[in-house]
Amino acid sequence: MKNTSNRRDFLKSSVLAGGGLMLSISWFSEAKAAEKIATLNLPEQWSELAAYIKITPENVVKILCPNPEFGQNVMTSLPMMVAEELDCDWKNVVVEMGTHDNVKYGPQFTGGSNSVRMYWRPLRTAGAAARQMLIEAAAQTWGVPASEIITNAGVLSHSSGKSAKYGEMASKAATLTVPKDVKLKAPKDFSIVRNSKKNSEGTKVVTGKPLFGMDYKVDGMLIAMIQHPPAFGMKLKSFDATVAKKMPGIKDIFSFKLYDDGFEQAGFDTRTFNEMIAVVGNSTWEVMNARKKLSIQWEAAGEVKEMMVGRGGKTEKIVPGRLETTSKQLEMMAEFANGRHSAKPAKELRKDGNPETAFKNAAQVIERTYNAPFLAHNTMEPMNFFAHVQDDKALVAGPLQAPGWMEPTLAKILNLPADKIEIQMTRMGGGFGRRAYGSYVYEAARISQKLKVPIKLIYTREDDMTYGIYRPMYTATYRAALDANKNLIGFHVTGGGIPENPIHANRFPAGAVDNYLADGWEITSNITIGAFRAPRSNFNAAAEQSFLDEVAEAMGKDPIQMRLDLLKRAKENPVGKNNDYDANRYIGVLELLKEKSGWGKPENVGKKRGVAAYFCHASYAGHVVDMVMRDGQPYVESVTSVVDCGVVVNPDAARNMVQGAVVDGIGQSFYGALTHKDGVPEQNNFHNYRMIRHNEAPQKIDVHFVENDIDPTGLGEPPFPPVFGAVANALYKSTGKRYYNQPFTSEQPKS
Amino acid sequence: MAKYSLKINGKTKQVDVDPSTPVLWVLRDHLNMPGTKFGCGMAQCGACTIHLDGNATRSCVLPVSAIGKSAITTIEGLSENCTHPVQKAWLEHDVAQCGYCQGGQIMSASALLKSNPNPTDEDIDIAMSGNICRCGTYLRIKEAIKTAAKN
Repeated sequence: MKNTSNRRDFLKSSVLAGGGLMLSISWFSEAKAAEKIATLNLPEQWSELAAYIKITPENVVKILCPNPEFGQNVMTSLPMMVAEELDCDWKNVVVEMGTHDNVKYGPQFTGGSNSVRMYWRPLRTAGAAARQMLIEAAAQTWGVPASEIITNAGVLSHSSGKSAKYGEMASKAATLTVPKDVKLKAPKDFSIVRNSKKNSEGTKVVTGKPLFGMDYKVDGMLIAMIQHPPAFGMKLKSFDATVAKKMPGIKDIFSFKLYDDGFEQAGFDTRTFNEMIAVVGNSTWEVMNARKKLSIQWEAAGEVKEMMVGRGGKTEKIVPGRLETTSKQLEMMAEFANGRHSAKPAKELRKDGNPETAFKNAAQVIERTYNAPFLAHNTMEPMNFFAHVQDDKALVAGPLQAPGWMEPTLAKILNLPADKIEIQMTRMGGGFGRRAYGSYVYEAARISQKLKVPIKLIYTREDDMTYGIYRPMYTATYRAALDANKNLIGFHVTGGGIPENPIHANRFPAGAVDNYLADGWEITSNITIGAFRAPRSNFNAAAEQSFLDEVAEAMGKDPIQMRLDLLKRAKENPVGKNNDYDANRYIGVLELLKEKSGWGKPENVGKKRGVAAYFCHASYAGHVVDMVMRDGQPYVESVTSVVDCGVVVNPDAARNMVQGAVVDGIGQSFYGALTHKDGVPEQNNFHNYRMIRHNEAPQKIDVHFVENDIDPTGLGEPPFPPVFGAVANALYKSTGKRYYNQPFTSEQPKS
Repeated sequence: MAKYSLKINGKTKQVDVDPSTPVLWVLRDHLNMPGTKFGCGMAQCGACTIHLDGNATRSCVLPVSAIGKSAITTIEGLSENCTHPVQKAWLEHDVAQCGYCQGGQIMSASALLKSNPNPTDEDIDIAMSGNICRCGTYLRIKEAIKTAAKN
């Protein structure tokens, strides 16, 4: 490894075996964890770094994508950012999935609409540095000043007529010092970023190449399945596997514990069930059949203590033992919302002015309550993971969003040093937050640990849908106080859920109303929950955006104008501090949405239109949905969408993402619900958990991005939440009835 | 266990499996052809769609014993080198997000176009509604089918 000028540098160069340049990037210096790097024994360890840019003498530019791909296009958009500053020909770029290295690269987390935001500067800096080194190499070779050399699509050239492909200069460039300061392109000079590029794995997808965890296979690998308790709040009592063990192809059947007693769980170690039965055999069908022959007794788990560790230190959590039923959950939420559970009052989250007085003096108070059920992620690829645990090392591979968060837990479970655990990341058949939680990874590791052979754990759809880690069940009651002139003088939201409250107290309309109160409460539960494409935001956007629609109507205002008036106030004279949104960008989205949807134009007057806009993950999104009645059922026929997410790296893929979010939002709001009876999930496959299908998707979704040069903000999540509110508001226009409870098609969950 | 001789993508393959084994698992576990995907195991999602004598069929509920002399085509055998018009249209419209369901979508779409070269929107809805896409790429799938129909 050459030219390690500063141990805190985040870029390192070296000569590729066989010639060429390899530029390695360490994220920690950028991620404010340079001190971690300083503790490494440099420079020797740099030689172990996986490369993120390689330029071969044959002029192939290999860019490794640090974050796992789950359909959000990072395997295309992140390399585009490198290629932009490197100024190479996109045709010569080969993209590969990076390996995991917790110490050097951090958690490599995919989620929170974070990938493009997080890597926007580091990856471009890497590309620009490599370009500068290639220029310097050419300057030295040709004996001309570096400042006279220009680059274009992977070719270096000088006015003297000399020119060379990057590959020809790569080996020399690798011996040069990595530049300290590099200049990044101004957005107006972008030629790859902002120009749509096709999915880098598109051909593999449409030809059925093995890409996913489900497709991962090694010689001698066995298939494993788990049997988990049939209900939340139940546990294994005893089982008899005599018959099942005699079934063809079965190698072993045993029970195992996910965590040992006293295990300290980190934030993404969510435990739904601790003891499960593993069935292991030669093939999937044989294992499925043997599992059906198990004779199992379950019993009530009762109250369970969990030890959690996180930023706030260690805390003990008591998981209640009750077997939950949806109707009772709704009753309990109503009791909490009404403050009848005096033992657990709502916690004040934000207060501006004097809301009590405002409501007392109001000429009119509007109060509405909104409910939403648990939602199952239903990634098309069910949970699965490969594990091969040996005495001194372990290899695990499969679909997961946060390899870095799983690694410390694997180390504890397997009693191996972290550097003896290799995590390989496959393409994910969807994630939506579900694959940020590692229990299925640990289960695979536990099973392989016991058998000392390579295994692949596979969940059936039923295993997957009944395992928990759902979008939480939420409720919120909104109150608006209007004075005699129909001005909004007070606003109150109280929200809660099982088991977390959804309220974002500092978001709009906080900052736009003089007298504002937000409070929240929580009900603990044994039903486990997790991230779900902005779980709290997608509930809030449904509730708040429906409520604002109703308030606008009471005020006699157009719903977009009413929001714009409030945002104008928040922009010019904000109430309180810590308003976590930019009113100007919010306004920009609504203005463009108005224009693009032809809002209020004569040709659209008769349409049943609903509008909503929301802010989350640093971006702003809004939709106008046009609904018609089709065969007696409401149908969203077309949608106009506007998003402000700063610079859009790969516009066509970004449009795809927004269109997908719209379809997903319509489907979840119309049909999504995971209900329970005595702890048993009442839906377990697609015959009783309804997913939106081809014929229910809109015929047209027009996507528009606010054009600006702001560094990219989130995109995977932001367009999703406001769909719920826009659909609810269009339902009102179509049916004359307000919809307060999801899923909208049934109004009320079943049990 | 029983021995079967299966015609898959123009080649004959031998397997020795339980007669009840669904074709999905014969392909994935025994023949190392993972392009056909497992999604639900009850013919509700379409990820496992193959062609049986040219007709779109859910392989997760199709026992190997029921195949007889019928010819199976999987996504791996739809074309040599990604040359099928449906595959090309999928790339042109950059349909895929996560991509897991797309093999099944393409098999349903290509079977549709074979029997109905110029489908209406309604024809497409009817033929494709057994295939779930959790990422919500339905609009692009429809556009890609129309493009493929033209070619």
